[in-house]
Amino acid sequence: MAEFDRDTGTAFWPHALYDLLRGAGVSQFAYVPDAGHKVLIDRSLADPDAQSIPLTTEEEGVALLAGADLGGARGVLLMQSSGVGNCINMLSLIAGGRFPFLTLVSMRGEFGEGNPWQFPMGQAVVPVLEAMGVICLRAEHPDEVIPTVSAALTMAFQSGQAVAVLLTQKLIGAKSF
Amino acid sequence: MHNEGTLDRRAVVAELVRDPGELLVVSGLGSATYDVGAAGDRALNFYLWGAMGGAAMIGLGLALAQPHRHVLVLTGDGEMLMGMGALASIAAAKPPNLAIAVLDNARFGETGAQRSHTGHATDLAAVAAACGWAEVATARDMDAVAALTPRLRSEALFAVLKISPAEVPRHLPPRDGAYLADRFRRALGVAEG
Repeated sequence: MAEFDRDTGTAFWPHALYDLLRGAGVSQFAYVPDAGHKVLIDRSLADPDAQSIPLTTEEEGVALLAGADLGGARGVLLMQSSGVGNCINMLSLIAGGRFPFLTLVSMRGEFGEGNPWQFPMGQAVVPVLEAMGVICLRAEHPDEVIPTVSAALTMAFQSGQAVAVLLTQKLIGAKSF
Repeated sequence: MHNEGTLDRRAVVAELVRDPGELLVVSGLGSATYDVGAAGDRALNFYLWGAMGGAAMIGLGLALAQPHRHVLVLTGDGEMLMGMGALASIAAAKPPNLAIAVLDNARFGETGAQRSHTGHATDLAAVAAACGWAEVATARDMDAVAALTPRLRSEALFAVLKISPAEVPRHLPPRDGAYLADRFRRALGVAEG
């Protein structure tokens, strides 16, 4: 199967990813927008049965997903790697309440990055998330996205773990300047 | 002066959550959690003991998940100031079933009663209105609190309650987050397994 839609130039996997998340019962999509999450955000906005929730800072999404779980709903936090740093103390809530937590992190500051300001946080994503008890999985190839997020969904919502899937720059491409 | 209130915080919270029925309550860390616990521990209270700045957004996630229940977030001015962006995020989401009551003593009460921004210059009700909340109110006496109570339990209302900075005895409700979350979900009937 071709990896890109020739008419639009967009990858197919984000659409399959949205369908996977919805099929797993995820209804709350919270985000500070990033180009890497454009399809998921647009699909959630167009979906009458999903809630699409723009945030002013990513830590709001951590708290939102804890509240969703208290109410019996499932959500996902979509953020760029720079937003991971904004979440750190709020992840205490996930650990303390043993809440399931799923985030998809579109990476900057790694493979092919052309903006030096992105490196400090991009390179710190894994150590800081792991320090707060979040398991990190990586997807580097389009074929890996669906199986990796499927695994993360099981880990989060069946086993109650906090899981981040890093959508790497090898997967989504580096921004050109 | 410094924009201080005179309301007794325990009397205010007792009024807000009297005969709570099915009301879902989230309390911000520190004194708001002690106040809600002192008014009567119950399974449908979720107390925060940390996660400063998160109370309002927990309320939003819960309100979106439970559209047929009403959610009341009770928190302090310092906690609300730390999560002020949530007022914009909630206004964007427009849940009809989420209210926030800020117990505003214009102090960071847990840390030595340092004056907070509401004691300097900031009006949180005006902030909420500017963020897009259609209904905001400020109460300075118990008659006003009594008038706001049914609205806080049924409308999308942001209310600032100007309480006295006087300290009250600590009342410590359960603090194990996993226990509180599990108890809450079971009472709501959404626990898995």
